[in-house]
Amino acid sequence: MMDKVQAPVAAGELVLSLRGISKHFGAVSALTEIDLDVQAGEVVALVGDNGAGKSTLIKILAGVHQASAGTMTFRGQTVTLADPSASLALGIATVFQDLALCENLDVVANIFLGKELHPLQLDEVAMEMRAWTLLRELSARIPSVRQPVNALSGGQRQTVAIARSLLLEPKLILLDEPTAALGVAQTAEVLDLIERVRDRGLGVVMISHNMEDVRAVADRIVVLRLGRNNGVFYPDASNQELVSAITGASDNAVSRRSGRRRAQTAPAQEAQP
Amino acid sequence: MSGDKEGPAPLLDRADERVTHETGIGGAIRAFFDRVRSGELGALPVVVGLAIIWTVFQSLNSVFLSSNNLVNLLFDSSTVGIISLGIVCILMVGEIDLSVGSVSGFASAVVGVLWVNEGLPVWLAIIAAVAAGGLIGSLYALLFNRFGMPSFVSTLSGLLAVLGLQLYILGQSGSINLPYGSAMVNFGQSLFMPHVVAYAIAALAGILAFVTGYRTATRRQAAGLSSQSLNKLLFRAIIVVVVLEALAIYLNQDRGVPWMFGLFVGLVVALNYALTRTTWGRWVTAVGGNREAARRAGINVRLIYSSAFILCSMLAALGGVLASARLASASQQAGTGDVNLDAIAAAVIGGTSLFGGRGSAYSALLGIIVIQSIASGLTLLDLSSSLRYMITGGVLAIAVIVDSLARRSRVSHGRA
Ligand SMILES: Nc1ncnc2c1ncn2[C@@H]1O[C@H](COP(=O)(O)OP(=O)(O)OP(=O)(O)O)[C@@H](O)[C@H]1O
Ligand SMILES: [Mg+2]
Repeated sequence: MMDKVQAPVAAGELVLSLRGISKHFGAVSALTEIDLDVQAGEVVALVGDNGAGKSTLIKILAGVHQASAGTMTFRGQTVTLADPSASLALGIATVFQDLALCENLDVVANIFLGKELHPLQLDEVAMEMRAWTLLRELSARIPSVRQPVNALSGGQRQTVAIARSLLLEPKLILLDEPTAALGVAQTAEVLDLIERVRDRGLGVVMISHNMEDVRAVADRIVVLRLGRNNGVFYPDASNQELVSAITGASDNAVSRRSGRRRAQTAPAQEAQP
Repeated sequence: MSGDKEGPAPLLDRADERVTHETGIGGAIRAFFDRVRSGELGALPVVVGLAIIWTVFQSLNSVFLSSNNLVNLLFDSSTVGIISLGIVCILMVGEIDLSVGSVSGFASAVVGVLWVNEGLPVWLAIIAAVAAGGLIGSLYALLFNRFGMPSFVSTLSGLLAVLGLQLYILGQSGSINLPYGSAMVNFGQSLFMPHVVAYAIAALAGILAFVTGYRTATRRQAAGLSSQSLNKLLFRAIIVVVVLEALAIYLNQDRGVPWMFGLFVGLVVALNYALTRTTWGRWVTAVGGNREAARRAGINVRLIYSSAFILCSMLAALGGVLASARLASASQQAGTGDVNLDAIAAAVIGGTSLFGGRGSAYSALLGIIVIQSIASGLTLLDLSSSLRYMITGGVLAIAVIVDSLARRSRVSHGRA
């Protein structure tokens, strides 16, 4: 059974398929009957308002939470993820919204946490080399990889978390707001990286509140609203469509705001000769 | 990436121009002061504290620093020191074991009963005692992992329960004398390294420090990473050899270096290796720093907690066995009184954090020497134990204050 899961991914193969996933936290239904498909070589963007359940869905895929109902199929096999190591063993790598780094350990130790080289005599030189290579691919601005993570800025920490997810050639990468804290150059680098990873045939799920970033890299945009599926869009969908799917109404704060702006700028343009 | 600068390509880890790097021995000294100022104190506070304590007691009583008294000090440090090593393990994962004193007393009782009363071979009795310690530790691990019982509570009840067990198996007599002249009692009282062996070990430590340092340096150089210069490595190795040889010469003027202390230091070095150079140690540090992050990295967090609880109790039991060898008896008093708090205080005074994720095996060695120095100095001055408790308590408070201030300084200097 494991053979198929470990084999290299074929282009267009259905990597991940969720059917009817629900998750309750006591009386709160964070997710209700979620369906989601991710193919190899595809970037799926997961969008939705604050509290829509995006992070909860990612955590279920990472084995941090267990779904209350529904089935999960990974590369054709029905799987249950009892804990994070089960998810990692399948080849699912995750960058969490709260990053989940050990602040007392240095950058190298964090990148290799759980995957150290040479258990009985840690190979620090090889690990440091690999860490620098990964960080360079991300154009990371990290002065020293021997600093504890506590001493890094928010964006630097995010880069470390992303570098960690790339370490072991995963089959599926889950990124929960990977660019939220990044600078201009680093955001571009991460978007490039997402495209490179996709071109290598991996499946990518990305959460972002930045519609520009989403449109730039996503092949499909899946909208969640109040814990339910609320439509699938393609990057050519208009902003209006996306926003109303996210907020659930055509009359919403975002469209009212842009309507006001148009009304303000239009007379100003008429006044010009 | 590179190529935007003239001259040779910078080393892989020295490419960022914002970080200053010190070179040479003068630079190393400057970097050391920088680290201290930013709160990365390491063993400095405890070494300074030790220097003050030794100066004060030596000026009050010139016997204090005599070879004879130091040899006794090493004997007394070894037993509680080994217990304190276990405390380092459990503090590293951010938990605590308050029952190490009782476990050590129980272990000495097990040896007394099995060896003297039941006539089993002594090695079998020792193995049984340490295994009993491991069993107690796995019980704590079970309570912690399955029922979420805080270690503070489970080990506090363990303190009472295991003490009861100790009194029970000792029975009516309440005390068992271990035979003088037996190998075990000799080990605890009068077995010393031959002088040559002590000198050889001291030299070997320096050579080993140099060889491993040199091998790392050449590997890092080959990989294009910054590495320590040969001079610095030699300088460090020579300092190690000179200090250790001087110590050995001084102790050899009296009876020499106790084998029991040799065992303690051996265990310290082994635990230091395990904590810093193996995956287990890395995971222990990770769990102590951020348990949820460790779990999400796929680490079996429960297994790590279990290993820490079991190792702590086993080391406590071993310390208890050695304490009974030192006293040539297993009694109801063994492991009671200040053993518990001395062991915990030693680890904290030595610099292991009470909050998990930060510490070193060497803190047990340095901390216990501080505590035993105070005890020995006050005994020489013929002062009662009331004063000793007060002073040890004060030193512990100072150690925790230093740790907290250093932590604050680390945060503001970006080294937290
Ligand atoms: N551990 C938990 N216990 C109880 N409720 C939770 C827990 N985690 C999430 N929730 C609830 O589930 C809902 C969805 O949360 P989730 O973190 O998935 O939102 P999100 O879509 O990631 O939002 P954001 O864009 O703000 O990150 C929220 O109402 C939240 O309160
Ligand atoms: Mg979220």
